[in-house]
Amino acid sequence: MDIDKANRTAVERMTSARPMLTGIARARDVIPGLHDDLLLHAGPPIAWERASGPLRGAVIGALLFEGRARSEAEAVALVERGEVRLEPCHHHAAVGPMAGVISSSMRVYVVEDAVHGHRTFSNLNEGYGKVLRYGAFSDEVLAKLRWMNDVLASVLAEALALAGGIDLRALLAEALHMGDEGHNRNKAGSLLFLKLLAPHIAHGKSGADAQSEVLKFLGDNPLSVLNPVMAACKAMADATHGVEGSTIVSTMARNGTDFGIRVSGLGDRWFTAPAQVPDGLYFPGFTAADANPDIGDSTITETAGIGAFAMAAAPAIVTFIGGTPQDAVHATLEMYEITAAEHSQFTIPALGFRGTPVGIDLRKVVELGITPRVNTGIAHRQAGVGQVGAGLVRPPMEIFEAALVAFAERYLE
Amino acid sequence: MSADSTVRVAVRLGAYYDSVVLMQLQRALSTLPGVLDAGVVMATPANREILAASGLTPSEEINAGPHDLLIAVKAESDSAAGEALARVDSLLQVRRGGGEQEFRPRSLASALKLLPEARWVLVSVPGRYAAGVADEALDHGRNVFLYSDNVPIEQEVALKRKALAKGLLVMGPDCGTAIVGGTGLGFANRVRRGNIGLIGASGTGLQAVTSHLHQLGAGISQAIGTGGRDLSAEVGGITAGQALDLLGRDPETRVIVLISKPPAPEVAAHLLSAARATGKPVVVNFLGLVPPLRRLGSIRFAASLTEAAELAAGLPRPRALTPVPSPAHSHPPPRERGTRLERSCWSPSSPGEGGGEGAGEEGRGDEGLGWGRSEAKVAPMAGFVRGLFAGGTLAYEARLALRTFLPGEGNTILDLGDDEFTVGRLHPMIDQDLRLRRLRQEAADPQVGVILLDVVLGHGAHADPAGELAPVIERIIADRGGSLDVIAIVVGTDEDPQNLAEQIATLRRAGAHVHRTVSEAVEAVWPRVGAGLDGREGARPALAVSLDALQSPLAAVNLGLESFYDSLLAQGARAVQVEWKPPAGGNEKLAGILARMKTL
Repeated sequence: MDIDKANRTAVERMTSARPMLTGIARARDVIPGLHDDLLLHAGPPIAWERASGPLRGAVIGALLFEGRARSEAEAVALVERGEVRLEPCHHHAAVGPMAGVISSSMRVYVVEDAVHGHRTFSNLNEGYGKVLRYGAFSDEVLAKLRWMNDVLASVLAEALALAGGIDLRALLAEALHMGDEGHNRNKAGSLLFLKLLAPHIAHGKSGADAQSEVLKFLGDNPLSVLNPVMAACKAMADATHGVEGSTIVSTMARNGTDFGIRVSGLGDRWFTAPAQVPDGLYFPGFTAADANPDIGDSTITETAGIGAFAMAAAPAIVTFIGGTPQDAVHATLEMYEITAAEHSQFTIPALGFRGTPVGIDLRKVVELGITPRVNTGIAHRQAGVGQVGAGLVRPPMEIFEAALVAFAERYLE
Repeated sequence: MSADSTVRVAVRLGAYYDSVVLMQLQRALSTLPGVLDAGVVMATPANREILAASGLTPSEEINAGPHDLLIAVKAESDSAAGEALARVDSLLQVRRGGGEQEFRPRSLASALKLLPEARWVLVSVPGRYAAGVADEALDHGRNVFLYSDNVPIEQEVALKRKALAKGLLVMGPDCGTAIVGGTGLGFANRVRRGNIGLIGASGTGLQAVTSHLHQLGAGISQAIGTGGRDLSAEVGGITAGQALDLLGRDPETRVIVLISKPPAPEVAAHLLSAARATGKPVVVNFLGLVPPLRRLGSIRFAASLTEAAELAAGLPRPRALTPVPSPAHSHPPPRERGTRLERSCWSPSSPGEGGGEGAGEEGRGDEGLGWGRSEAKVAPMAGFVRGLFAGGTLAYEARLALRTFLPGEGNTILDLGDDEFTVGRLHPMIDQDLRLRRLRQEAADPQVGVILLDVVLGHGAHADPAGELAPVIERIIADRGGSLDVIAIVVGTDEDPQNLAEQIATLRRAGAHVHRTVSEAVEAVWPRVGAGLDGREGARPALAVSLDALQSPLAAVNLGLESFYDSLLAQGARAVQVEWKPPAGGNEKLAGILARMKTL
């Protein structure tokens, strides 16, 4: 067995993937295995009893949104009785930021890898404030979700059809040259997204009011492209998954309680340990005591070689990690230590257009004692309060160690 | 808002800051004396609500819009709030100075990406990890300075064999010092740059000689450490051999000094071959070993480190130190001819004739220095050396010299005066019958290339030993068609009854080379037979170490002792320090898995 060769194959599959945003559809129509009694969530599998505040809130909100429950209590009872089950987005080719809850009638982005044929999915981004992904489920939150499902989704679907899809890899490559790292900073990418869609939105048939509302919503939300980007990264990660003998990490995800990884050569097994509280800066009035442990599927960006791995591309947000552009460069340099390759598509001007570090190699993580960096938003630990800050987090080392031991059991015994 | 606190606000109209800058400012304000809480936001309605919810509502009216920066400070007193607000602009300007520190990679691979020009990797990590790190460096095609000790000898052998096969150098383990291209590695003295290249096993030995050379006004081109076990039979002098070859090709190096503890005999022969193959003058000091010879071709033997330094320092100006003996005729050498008369050779065809030291010797880049007698005129031939001696002490001396410089089963010295040969027979100094028969017998063996004889004159000895030997010598040389050399050591004076001059002339006419002492004879033999050694495996590395290894200015990656890194930078070298940690944080089980994965 040649691990290096397997890893080269795995990484080549990741970097050659070409995710195209092709459309928007109702979740149960496109997401494999999704049905009305199933909710998808971020991170590794989790039992309701262990679910954190934001995830619980989002589950409740989704059941209210779907009309399955009329109150919080009814929603909780549905889940507790097992009438509605929870499964990771990752088990259904999907990803969602923060709580990452996707229910059957929600509209989702459909991304197709033009090279390997995978289809991946992500929900629509709600913007900042009181939002479902942070566990908020007030009427105001649900009203916004309905508007997104009805107006936003149909305007975007029409525009995407007219546009003939959007090449998300090209968009990301450009955004990295405009100060984004693709996880915590998606300002440039979101504006590029808006720029690409706007002419087609204008040609749509939804009427000027709806079109204007959608354009403003997209323009006001510096995260509007995050969810398509995550689905794109999921497509890249799925391409890398399942290479026999490969030690490349193909999934990193958190559910607000546990941080989990999966490895290309180790099938669908999750390696999990309690998620940490991110180290970061807090919005006015909040402190680390308010923070929920790390949550969300957005670590798929780091898995695919952007996000914190491309920190050197995003000097505007360096204060999250210490304060100077030099720190940002160091952050990316550190990630080269644990990755198998430099990205052929995503480059960093500040590093002389060196490719981003890509393909986390389990062996290097354990050998060097360096866990992947993750840039992340910080959720309030109570449902519905929302984002309280942003910062840096690292997965617990023991999940990489456990995966290495499992690799040895599978391949070396 | 409680009674014992106050909220003050400040507004920066039209000032845009990234939200993280604002959060940082907010955190900085919160830590100021007397400050209870702070909020820094763009003054959007939503943000103002958040401030209000946090009790950061000011008493006064705020005139600020969504594009303005709003700073609110809740403090114990009005003055504390005011002082905090006065710091806002300076806090916004703060740049952390510590962020400018160089990136410290954690792996060798990353370090080499940061400094791809680095030809050297310095390893001073704990011994049990050192070989692994050195091995990785070799995999990356880098030369290794291995300071770490407690590296098992099997690992040293494996590393050095790998390095040899790859044309790389491993200095060490337990190599304390080296000078490469003028840059000291590990512990090294500040010494003048020059043209003397050193190879030494022990760190302090090299430091002693380089320092002494400096004091003598000489300068150092390179100093290569080999580690204390390099010259053992197990390691076989791999590094020393490579280093000799490298210094032989180094244009900066004109004289080579090799110092070490006494090597294993087979290693000594290998090293002397390698030294000879450099084509440069080499000063050798095997500590504690009394050299049986003073010089061997271009190799000179020193009895101590001090003498080694002094010899090397003097070599660039050899004419001043070694007066040129008269060429062409030499017996008996006129005493007034200078201090090195004993060096002259008695045979017209022997080395050193025709120009003497230093002059007119071709084919040697550094012969202009006047070092040594040219070996170029001696036709090298392979073959064993056989000695047929009448004198016991002379035989012993010859045996000693051969054992050190020409070890091997095929090289033998017979003392025909020994009891086992003289049973029922006169001593060979009187009766040469046995010796004549052995002479024919040895000459008949085509593997024999050189026959050594002693011819001892004086009262009581045979009246004309040369006259008896000459016809046989002439015959065997003729029979062998020139593939055999006969070398005679004639011991006697011009007052001896046999007539020294005639004895020599007789031998010479028969085709023998004539020398006065055993060591001169061995010196004469060595280039002939030693040429055979040059072809032996390992005498010259199959893949030479690239001269890139001696790059100047040096570029290197350092793993381990930070002082080595600091020292490199202080010397103007380029260096990257690896923030090395034991694999898997020292977890043996995980490290074991990682090691197994590497060998798949």
